[in-house]
Amino acid sequence: MAEEEVKLFGTWASPFSRRIEVALKLKGVQYEYIEENLTNKSPALLNYNPVHKQIPVLVHNGKPVAESFVIMEYVDETWKHNPILPTDPYEKAMARFWAKYIDDKLWPAAKKVVVTKGEEQKGVIDEIEHKMKNLEGELKEKKFFGGESLGFLDIAANIIIWLLVAQEALGMDQILNEEKLPALHGWLQRLLDDAVFKECVPPKKRHLDFSKVKFGSSIASK
Amino acid sequence: MASGSVADQEGQVMLLGFWFSAFVKRVEWALKLKGIEYDYVEEDLANKSTLLLTSNPIHKKVPVLIHNGNPIAESLVIIEYIDETWKQNTILPQDPYERAMARFWANFIEQKVTEPIREALVSQGEQQEKKVKELKEAMEVVEGEAKAKLNDKTLFFGGGNGVGYVDIVLGWTCNWMETIEEVGGFKVLDPESQPQFHKWMANVREVPFIKTTLEPKEKLVEFFRMVRQDRLGLVANK
Repeated sequence: MAEEEVKLFGTWASPFSRRIEVALKLKGVQYEYIEENLTNKSPALLNYNPVHKQIPVLVHNGKPVAESFVIMEYVDETWKHNPILPTDPYEKAMARFWAKYIDDKLWPAAKKVVVTKGEEQKGVIDEIEHKMKNLEGELKEKKFFGGESLGFLDIAANIIIWLLVAQEALGMDQILNEEKLPALHGWLQRLLDDAVFKECVPPKKRHLDFSKVKFGSSIASK
Repeated sequence: MASGSVADQEGQVMLLGFWFSAFVKRVEWALKLKGIEYDYVEEDLANKSTLLLTSNPIHKKVPVLIHNGNPIAESLVIIEYIDETWKQNTILPQDPYERAMARFWANFIEQKVTEPIREALVSQGEQQEKKVKELKEAMEVVEGEAKAKLNDKTLFFGGGNGVGYVDIVLGWTCNWMETIEEVGGFKVLDPESQPQFHKWMANVREVPFIKTTLEPKEKLVEFFRMVRQDRLGLVANK
């Protein structure tokens, strides 16, 4: 087997590049990590992702792949051990449906929470709770969305952690409380306890400080 | 009805749709490409069936594919399911890198073409101008990709003479784009700056199983005009 060269362009605070780290680590793939400065993007990044000029980008033997779910599926299909997606086509479709729900519906609502206040913010929080309840329905009695071990949808749902950190940074009540979302709450504890996953979240204090600066100013400037 | 190993594939296939929906047509093209028999159920936008509401409780939208009683929503998710369940006439490439490229372009199309054009349909003034500008920029990228991938021997993004995933995902442009331009009162299509893309659209229109599904433009214009007036009317009344 030829020498594999795997590079990941990402940023420490991006849930999207952290997703790829989880996928690669679950598969035991050796990779070189390149931390990008988004205010001063490297020529390499601009060369590898000319369309969006964004991270994450995975470069495998010189060939670039962009967009976090596209990269995750590529990783799963290229390194076939420890599958991330279910093998059954219907289960796979469900994982993709809910992953899309997270990025298309849950994440935009999560981003709104930090730039709204008062009644408007309350409305957004209700919306997020409702969407999380929907997501919780997919978890059912399982340990992880992926079953006994974490999979595609668990990795996709990592953005929930970013929402909670942002809420903590702003002194808000945590939306994922045990009373309202018991199953999802339990899932999150298991996720954060997972040996591989916990290496792929930003260090808490640094993340909090970063969020305070980032979101504190957006509220103040209103 | 076949039994044994093909029983799953032979199970009942039902598609819930609206006649005017490009997303529904995508799924029909995928099914027809594979030669899959299916029951089509025309939904009523103003009066959605219990089946639709229970099959897609999260979004309450079409298309929904129901296979062996199991519902799947979201056109791109459905197309991948179809490709993985029925192995003949592949839609996505086999090679993982080529698959990643096809998925990347499908995402680009959804984010930069499909979504903005829907927004341009139901907006006006500055808001609409912003979307039209985005669309023109996106079409430059699409034309670039068409120039790079297509020629006299390779008519489709799927390679060779057959339509593939990207063709199916982008195929709605061959009929709906002009319609929405007319209704919305803007122009994004330009044969002069998008020659390869226009060649591709013409080829897509002629694919037999696509050609038979294309709705008459006047009928689509009438319907989307209603949608636009409805949405703008609501905004004006605020």
